[in-house]
Amino acid sequence: MIAPTLGALGAMAGLAINLPPPATGIATEIYELHTLVLWICAGIFVVVFVPMFYALWRHRKARGHVAAGFHGNTRLEVVWTVIPMLILVGMAWPATRVVLAMKNVGGSDLTIKVTGHQWKWEYEYLDDGPRFVSNLATPREQIDNGQPKSDHYLLEVDKPLVVPTGRKVRLVFTATDVIHSWWVPAIGVKQDAIPGFIREAWFQVDQAGVFRGQCAELCGVGHAFMPIVVEAVPPERFAAWKTEQATATAIAAAAGKEFSLAELKTRGEQVYTTNCAVCHQPTGVGIAGTFPPLDRSPVATGAKAAHLDRVFHGKPGTAMQAFGPQLSDLDIAAVITYERNSWHNQAGDQLQPAEVAALRK
Amino acid sequence: MDAATLHPVHHEAHETGVMRWLTTTNHKDIGTLYLWFSLAMFLFAGSLAMLIRAELFQPGLQFLQPAVFNQLTAMHGLLMIFGAIMPAFVGFANWQVPLMIGAPDMAFPRLNNWSFWLLPAAACLLLASFFVPGGAMAAGWTLYPPLFIQGGIAYDMTILAIHILGISSILGAINIITTILNLRAPGMTLMKMPLFVWTWLITAFLLVAVMPILASVVTMLLTDRHFGTHFFDAAGGGDPVMFQHIFWFFGHPEVYIMILPAFGIVSTIIPTFARKPLFGYVSMVYAVASIAILSFMVWAHHMFTTGMPAAGQLFFMYSTMLIAVPTGVKVFNWVATLWRGSISFETPMLFALAVVFLFTIGGFSGLVLAMVPVDIQLQDTYYVVAHFHYVLFSGAAMSIMAAIYYWLPKWTGHMYDERLGKLHFWLTTIAFNITFFPMHFLGLAGMPRRIPDYALQFAGFNMMASIGAFVLGASQLIFLYTVVKCIRGGAPAGDKPWDGATTLEWTLPSPAPYHSFATPPVLDEEPVHDHT
Repeated sequence: MIAPTLGALGAMAGLAINLPPPATGIATEIYELHTLVLWICAGIFVVVFVPMFYALWRHRKARGHVAAGFHGNTRLEVVWTVIPMLILVGMAWPATRVVLAMKNVGGSDLTIKVTGHQWKWEYEYLDDGPRFVSNLATPREQIDNGQPKSDHYLLEVDKPLVVPTGRKVRLVFTATDVIHSWWVPAIGVKQDAIPGFIREAWFQVDQAGVFRGQCAELCGVGHAFMPIVVEAVPPERFAAWKTEQATATAIAAAAGKEFSLAELKTRGEQVYTTNCAVCHQPTGVGIAGTFPPLDRSPVATGAKAAHLDRVFHGKPGTAMQAFGPQLSDLDIAAVITYERNSWHNQAGDQLQPAEVAALRK
Repeated sequence: MDAATLHPVHHEAHETGVMRWLTTTNHKDIGTLYLWFSLAMFLFAGSLAMLIRAELFQPGLQFLQPAVFNQLTAMHGLLMIFGAIMPAFVGFANWQVPLMIGAPDMAFPRLNNWSFWLLPAAACLLLASFFVPGGAMAAGWTLYPPLFIQGGIAYDMTILAIHILGISSILGAINIITTILNLRAPGMTLMKMPLFVWTWLITAFLLVAVMPILASVVTMLLTDRHFGTHFFDAAGGGDPVMFQHIFWFFGHPEVYIMILPAFGIVSTIIPTFARKPLFGYVSMVYAVASIAILSFMVWAHHMFTTGMPAAGQLFFMYSTMLIAVPTGVKVFNWVATLWRGSISFETPMLFALAVVFLFTIGGFSGLVLAMVPVDIQLQDTYYVVAHFHYVLFSGAAMSIMAAIYYWLPKWTGHMYDERLGKLHFWLTTIAFNITFFPMHFLGLAGMPRRIPDYALQFAGFNMMASIGAFVLGASQLIFLYTVVKCIRGGAPAGDKPWDGATTLEWTLPSPAPYHSFATPPVLDEEPVHDHT
């Protein structure tokens, strides 16, 4: 029939038709569970549809078949009620085992807090490690078909989540604005990140590798543009990576430096493209009725302090989130300077990282 | 030519022209209104789907910005469910329930008029919402907060529209229940009712039970948006997941509201064209009732990824799997009805058989999704999109098409064009499978639903699905043409064009007179459904 033919053709054309190769024990169990159910369905398919198509062929009026008059058979009806029940028990048993295994978050080696924001993921290594925001790395030009698309189009980030191999990683999830869902198929974890609540999940990857996924819960206009990349590396490399991150943070913290307007605008444009352009649009005009424009807006052309306050603390009850906890002092200073001096906005002033740092005290 | 000139016997005054339709209390007129309304919404919501598939034809953003794309997916779902599928079934109930039980009309004719005329008001609100600042509602038909709370004025219009649609459904359901329980011809006991009437009786109880729940939960959204409550806002002590629990406590019975009448239609058509009584009538009734009861105990299987405790996941997994049993009984009974029949393949039968075959595939994917660990991989992916289109397009929508072809001769007095009907059937069935089957693969391979742009490995099957969708969409114009052609003329149908039909409507002339069964029919000694 059409279905298997499509599948076969797709497979021949090199298209994926099944769950991706599992990278964790749980993902392997899910894969096998799916295969089991699929075979059971295939069996039932044959048992139901072979007789049906046989009847459609043999018992046609066109062949002169005369209808029988029967309309019930208690024994048969009992059989086809009881047998499906037994099959279901056979399916429920292994599924229950996997459910319990997935819930077993105890005895983990490290815990990472995953926070969903519209539209990026933030990772914080709760034990001793770094904290950073992971953004889509695919350039806007590729999405708008202005450039050829890269291999990992829409599934690439600026900073991946790095985890050690052979360690049980516990993830705790939350979100700041709307519900997101953190999903990496090869790892077998999909968990909603719910604002105001904490949920948890775990995984353990044994082979080093890069695994890609994306947000699975509709979260607004950027829903398709918040991918997840997990990089599993051997524990030694993981330790080295963590040290690197600590150094980078230290450098960022020592931000006593003064920047020029041009420097700030250049950096600000990058920050704007990554964090602001989805809503406020690359040209600053926003989306009428949903996302206000920045071009000629009272905030971006008014007092600097009010502008900083809005970016730093957000506007509660709207999609405008608080960027203070997400971005570095330099990035906040840069993006505000960019917004005040782009499009039709000609404030001419600038914000230095030190002024942002003052807010953090 | 209006009905009065056709049937001079019934020369009671009724209005003509627009006023006839605005003021009518006749179940046949109101049934017709429901069905035209449904067809209009089906074509409109279908064209939204065409835009969605055009955008998804290739990776990259082609025609639509994400903000517009999200409006299309949300409104496609909302309009198909509340505008196309549900009103179509109510239309059939209006036309057929009185005819099949030998009643002169619905129990509350004026209420019936009001139930229908609420619908265009709701539809106007939803359609107008595309033109307000910010565009239409874009939070998915499931309306999840906090995303829903962020939206503009269109979101309030959606809430109001849902209230109106809900009132319409509740009034319609009360009318149907009252009609069935009180207006049956003497001698037609409950267990002699045609199965279509049974499925509608049970569906109507589901409607009365769950539409108020939907109304409550959207009212909570409204007060969260405008009146300072925090039902779904953790910052005020609320919980966004509570919305999902309440919504799906409505939402899952809603799924069966859209499929039980389809079961009734299939159970009517298959015995007709197999020329053999329905196998296992009593077990069919019990199966429908058990499905309806179980449908209240499975809601959280829509929420396995929200992170509920293991005990919750296991309970909802087991209860969901249990639904497979009565559903399986229905499919087995249909196959047994066909067995050793004298089968012919007119268009209604082709559609009914396709419903059995394709709905069962939707049942299989439902079984796959019932397994919590597998569901966690597939939740919110294209696999789910494939699953519910197999259930709602090839289950509900194709059964509606089957019923239209089946009863058009009775309603219009003309036979439809069989050649066009079959063309419509084959194009629809083939295009449907080309559209939706590959979506199983897309979901397994990791493509989330509700995204306007996707990674490159999903390109092949998306292009295939889009091509299928365009053919599927275009084929429905053949449907429209065939229906209009049949209304305007065609070979005379005679009282009973289907020799295997057994229900009461076929004892009436075709087209069915404007007023029928003013005196109750006398039932044959032979019961409508013998079930010894």
